[in-house]
Amino acid sequence: MIGGFFSRLKDALTKTRDGIVHKVQSVIRRHEAIDEDLYEEIEAILLQADVGIEATTHLLGRLRERVREVRVTDPEEVPGILKEEMGEILSAGSENPPGLPAGPHGLELGGLQPAVIMVVGVNGTGKTTTVGKLAARFKGRGLKVVLAAADTFRAAASEQLSVWGKQTGVDVVRHGEGADPSAVAYDAIKAAQARSADVVLIDTAGRLHTKTNLMEELRKIHRVVAREIPGAPHEVLLVLDATTGQNAMQQAAQFSKAVGVTGIALTKLDGTAKGGIVIAIKHTLGIPVKLIGIGEGIDDLQAFEPQEFLDAIFNNQSNNGS
Amino acid sequence: MLEGLAARLQGVFSRLKGKGILSERDVDEALREVRMALLEADVNFKIVKDFVARVKERAVGHDVLQSLTPAQQVIKIVHEELVQLMGSTQSRLAVASRPPTVIMLVGLQGSGKTTTTAKLAYHLRKQGRKPLLVAADVYRPAAIEQLRVLGRQLDIPVSAPEAGQTGRSEEALMAGRLSGQVADAVAVVRHGIEAANRFACDTVLIDTAGRLHVDQELMDELVRIVREVTPHEVLLVVDAMTGQDAVTVAQQFKEAVGIDGIILTKMDGDARGGAALSVREVTGRPIKFIGVGEKPDALEPFHPDRIASRILGMGDVLSLIEKAQTAFDQEKAQQIEKKIKQQQFTLEDFLFQLRQMRKMGPLEDILGMLPGFGQMKQLKGMSVNEKDLVRAEAIINSMTPAERSDPGLLDSSRRQRIARGSGTTVQDVNRLVRDFQQVQQVLKTLNIAKKRGKKGGKARKGFFPF
Repeated sequence: MIGGFFSRLKDALTKTRDGIVHKVQSVIRRHEAIDEDLYEEIEAILLQADVGIEATTHLLGRLRERVREVRVTDPEEVPGILKEEMGEILSAGSENPPGLPAGPHGLELGGLQPAVIMVVGVNGTGKTTTVGKLAARFKGRGLKVVLAAADTFRAAASEQLSVWGKQTGVDVVRHGEGADPSAVAYDAIKAAQARSADVVLIDTAGRLHTKTNLMEELRKIHRVVAREIPGAPHEVLLVLDATTGQNAMQQAAQFSKAVGVTGIALTKLDGTAKGGIVIAIKHTLGIPVKLIGIGEGIDDLQAFEPQEFLDAIFNNQSNNGS
Repeated sequence: MLEGLAARLQGVFSRLKGKGILSERDVDEALREVRMALLEADVNFKIVKDFVARVKERAVGHDVLQSLTPAQQVIKIVHEELVQLMGSTQSRLAVASRPPTVIMLVGLQGSGKTTTTAKLAYHLRKQGRKPLLVAADVYRPAAIEQLRVLGRQLDIPVSAPEAGQTGRSEEALMAGRLSGQVADAVAVVRHGIEAANRFACDTVLIDTAGRLHVDQELMDELVRIVREVTPHEVLLVVDAMTGQDAVTVAQQFKEAVGIDGIILTKMDGDARGGAALSVREVTGRPIKFIGVGEKPDALEPFHPDRIASRILGMGDVLSLIEKAQTAFDQEKAQQIEKKIKQQQFTLEDFLFQLRQMRKMGPLEDILGMLPGFGQMKQLKGMSVNEKDLVRAEAIINSMTPAERSDPGLLDSSRRQRIARGSGTTVQDVNRLVRDFQQVQQVLKTLNIAKKRGKKGGKARKGFFPF
């Protein structure tokens, strides 16, 4: 259960033995008092985890404030405070909206009429793979899924999705290369309604958020979906590569502006990247992380739990992940 | 969101103005801004630290102290150091004395290897080479298909696992992957080289599977491929958007397989590309190309000075210090500045600026590069669509000289003529004229503000003499 996931997440996050906390702790061991030098080193650690200048400055500010207010003198207490402050950012405003049943992974599924989930992002972050894994997961929960291969640009993208479709036994709606992605989305919704499917997952082409015309295309998909089903898309997931640096802020801001991102799927967390950028994004833009990918297996796409995420970052030395 | 380094530095230095001497503390203050800019551009933290220390050493020297414009001097040093760190333009690829030349592309998933492999083949063919693509990414569903499609589009042969027997489908591969029986990448590469010999192709480009640098098994596979074919060139493909982890990635690939060069992809976005500096510093290898789009020809040689400006986010300042000297017709630029000052800026001048801009390469920071516009905060962060610029140029081209200098002449019949002439609509023409008039308005108010500032003794003397 959680224990299993917890330890896997921890494994994934501590693979290089230099998770945030490990560094913080080794820094702390070298300090007897909480001084400027300590703050500076903590700043370095956060920046190197891609937390970004703004959020790092905020975190350090809070840390200083609390150290001053509560008259903390023992450096050992610093990690705990830092963890709380990071948790504050990550979990702020993340309560589930009342009355609506949350689907697998805590995703918003509306009233299942069908629910529409749109997956967007820049090139190469793992959108298609994420869609495939979500499909498998939904199917496993007994939900009927239709996949929309709306990436009509990248050579062989629909083939890739079709492979996932076959793998998971899920219908894929696809058009030829270069077709209008909105038309694919439309057809997928119609197909889902005809087959009384529960969920439509729309895989869109990767696009840089600076390409005005491609963002316009994305808006059109969103418009078409919203016109066909009121309230849809119920989720717009921005797939973000954990190795991405500060540019992720721009990505999140621009995609949000275009199609109203409701959550982030942070992929490739099984590398050495810390994905600290999600703290910056949540801090500045208020967009929550909903999913994390910690491996290539189907089960390695997981719901994001701020507390577990932080526990995994911060508790790498104890093994009591029960 | 991100305020340009230039603007911040100007803020710092305007406070220094009149002091005459640049103390260590002043330099420190300026360098703090440089540090922030570098970190925001994703340059690795440790590299930033060393870099700033080095610049400081140089800046607190006497050539800064004796300089009349300390601000320009410091920026110049920062820029020079950055360019130097980045190496020279070096987009030549190795050529084997005995063909085929084998070039192998490696990198993380999603960094753009497959697209880049095709682009590189296209580039080499333009140079008269005869390339063959090898699809050695045997894991990713549809990766092989993607390369095959690209090869077909470009009319470049592709050697893929069992390429002849297309019956071997993606499904089979996927199933193979799940059951642990994948086509052996080493064998695929071996076949590829045989095919190259058979078809008399002189260059083999190997697209390998994306892998996390911590995936020992897959890293071993790379090592086996290298051992099998001894590539003449191993290129690490790095996403320009990569954050702090770029250092670790580059390090691991370098240690495992050795790297001869780097290709930086997705530079057509707005990532500042600090990762370039990180990977360059860690591997000590040159960045050879940058990917600037999804089309096959969107691969350019790497220019250190351009990316240095981009990392610093200070195209505007450098345009004057460095680029303007070469790319701009200096005299003309000064004329325009004068005109801006005297509120005689016309559409003709605007057209000149548009054309100059093209010469300068990437469209990022474009407004900042316009002479006279660089300092205007109001214009910062405005997004520019390349198509709009093309359209604007076409519209102005369709105007008579008289109309260009006096848009007041443009009645509706003239506007219709211009729209027809430029292949646009009257609405487009209207919009351009309206925008232009707004710019004039802004310039006017700025000029007034500046004059007032001067009287009050608080003029912010920047890099432009107006």
